[in-house]
Amino acid sequence: MVMTAEPDVPQETSSCFARFSDVQKSYDGETLVVKGFNLEVRRGEFVTLLGPSGSGKTTCLMMMAGFETPTHGEILLDGIPINKLPPHKRGIGMVFQNYALFPHMSVAENLAFPLEVRGMSKEEITSKVANALDMVRLGEFGDRRPGQLSGGQQQRVALARALVFEPELVLMDEPLGALDKNLREEMQFEIKRIHQRLGVTMLYVTHDQTEALTMSDRIAVFNDGIVQQLATPEALYEAPENAFVAYFIGENNRLNGVVSRLDGGEAYCTVTLDGGEEVKALPVAIKAMGERTQLSLRPERVRLLAEESSDAPLPDNVFTAEVKEVIYLGDHLRTRVAVCGSEEFIIKTPNADGYPVLKPGQSLKVGWDAQDCRALDA
Amino acid sequence: MSDSSVPATSGPEGLTTADGVPLKQSLNRAVRRSRLKALLLVAPLLIFIGLAFVMPIFDMLSRSVDNPEVSTYLPRTSESLTHWDGEGLPDEAAYAALAQDLAAGLKARNLGRVASRLNYEMSGMRSLFTKSARKAGRMEPPFKEALIKADKDWQDPDIWRLIKRESGLYTASYYLAAIDRQFSPTGEIVEKPEYLQIHVVLFIRTFWMSAVITGLALLLAYPVAWLLATLPAGRGNLLMILVLLPFWTSLLVRTTTWIAILQQQGVLNDMLVGVGLIAEEARIQMIYNKTGTIIAMTHILLPFMILPLYSVMKTIPPSYMHAARSLGAGPVTAFRRVYFPQTLPGIGAGSILVFILSIAITSRRHWWVGSPVASLPTSSPTTCRPRSIGGWQRPLARFCWSW
Repeated sequence: MVMTAEPDVPQETSSCFARFSDVQKSYDGETLVVKGFNLEVRRGEFVTLLGPSGSGKTTCLMMMAGFETPTHGEILLDGIPINKLPPHKRGIGMVFQNYALFPHMSVAENLAFPLEVRGMSKEEITSKVANALDMVRLGEFGDRRPGQLSGGQQQRVALARALVFEPELVLMDEPLGALDKNLREEMQFEIKRIHQRLGVTMLYVTHDQTEALTMSDRIAVFNDGIVQQLATPEALYEAPENAFVAYFIGENNRLNGVVSRLDGGEAYCTVTLDGGEEVKALPVAIKAMGERTQLSLRPERVRLLAEESSDAPLPDNVFTAEVKEVIYLGDHLRTRVAVCGSEEFIIKTPNADGYPVLKPGQSLKVGWDAQDCRALDA
Repeated sequence: MSDSSVPATSGPEGLTTADGVPLKQSLNRAVRRSRLKALLLVAPLLIFIGLAFVMPIFDMLSRSVDNPEVSTYLPRTSESLTHWDGEGLPDEAAYAALAQDLAAGLKARNLGRVASRLNYEMSGMRSLFTKSARKAGRMEPPFKEALIKADKDWQDPDIWRLIKRESGLYTASYYLAAIDRQFSPTGEIVEKPEYLQIHVVLFIRTFWMSAVITGLALLLAYPVAWLLATLPAGRGNLLMILVLLPFWTSLLVRTTTWIAILQQQGVLNDMLVGVGLIAEEARIQMIYNKTGTIIAMTHILLPFMILPLYSVMKTIPPSYMHAARSLGAGPVTAFRRVYFPQTLPGIGAGSILVFILSIAITSRRHWWVGSPVASLPTSSPTTCRPRSIGGWQRPLARFCWSW
């Protein structure tokens, strides 16, 4: 199931809710932290900015919230430029990494704060706060201080506070970073559930790819101040457009070589690896013969070929590999083999019937199809 | 121990360990050693505080109510007055006892102490005692007539009431004197005559000045502390050095500098005259008065306000203000509702520190230096007559020394 690399960005501008247009940001006047950032977020969409730390994703979020000013470019919300609008007039909800719950107020007071500054009546505030607490299933905790809550509960309060004044856009800056693994997964579903229920537009920042893949409608992979690829989770994983995305999202076998023949048209090209082997690969980011390229191959796309030929047709590429290491991971086995001059070639096989049991030192045939082996930039 | 991993079991008397010892007892035994170690570590300080702080304070406080003179040096009179109801004059026995005490006191040369003690309460007592004592040795019964003959003041019931009142081992009169009160002859607490009142005025002035200094220090320190807490490390450290600079200069140097700046022929006045803001003849008196004291003390005490504020502000992450802003609060509301309340512990600590220090400094100036700040009420030239010093000196001097 390979998806198109280009996500279908909406053509009609009416459905575009938040937009970064050619945004650049520099803190010191010498280096650009964000270099020409373009992003259109549709109404009700869940978009994640994913990237390693220092890639500029949080800066983009802060510019949307109004805490940083773009050095160049425009940020539009609902078609209106908001570059000059102070943060409190933007009506954007925000969840911070450290939750930023006011420690001197009770949970209910924290939630009432955005409503009070909007001058709502007492009754309205009380009912809205109660609703918001029920939404995050903390109805009993209104009188507690944030310090008396666990990390996950604080996170839910922060979420409720960002939503209680019914903003149309909610920003989240690595909100689950401080939680342990189980709680993080639980919160991912919780946020997703709330997003679906309220239909609010969400812009989410994280460096955790699992989090991004689980929750997002679309993901913008950030590196070095620019968006490397903006696509749905499936497209990002199945069809990365460049070597960084392939490396950053999921696990990935990398083989380096030179394009020797472009004989298969769109379907495949032939790459001569540095060790001399010839591999058929899907041309993604190469244009000419003689260009250097990096082949990207997902570990689960590599097939182990039994000695006696089976009924299934042979894949496009077949090589002999030597098993170096087998790591048992419960539901699947991770096998490191030496093949095509790489000692770090990983193969994932399900821990199930019908798959051979491998032992270190054993040699076997492995193979993969050309369309699973993507020739990307070197 | 092989059975050391056996979990605690629940017996009829609550939880017990594997070998049946109650869990609480076992826990106590386990932590006793570390408690003992902790106690040993703080022991030197505890002993030091006990000797240098708690004991002197206790001693001072006890001396401020201590009243041994009358009962010690007029033992017979004190004894015989215990049955007197305070109405009219006491009986002959009391006069006899007094005559005996006076004679004994003259002989033992300790009558002066009780005479001056009673003189604090009522002037003229010293001379009454010395005059009567000289004749007491030759007196014949009835002593009542003899004493009244020696000095007719002995038929004044107020004097007898005073002796009876002060024959107790403890007295509140020193404390009353400290707040410009005294016992009336009939034993009620009344205000001192107006020309003798000074302490309450000085107390109020001390507190008021300290409050002004504290308020000014807070006003000046808050933005500085905020800058210190938010500036990048390099510039923040430079600013911190500037804040701490006053600590490195001696008090004497700072004070003379302030005099140089603030005096009528000083730098500030020269500048104001120079730019034509004030006329040459109208140079402002800014020192040796309240203004000077407030300026100099605010300056001296400013670091004590900045440092606690800074340490509190340093712990408030900027995301709180960001959160408040993103939730729809303008900068002023965000500061008032979110930032300011979180700095209250720092404001409290800094204010208490500055207030206490400035009370200590201004009161010292009031009582001992006699600075113009404490300018005495003009209507009372007699206030500082030596006669009246003894009364309030003891408790207040002790009060001040305790700082």
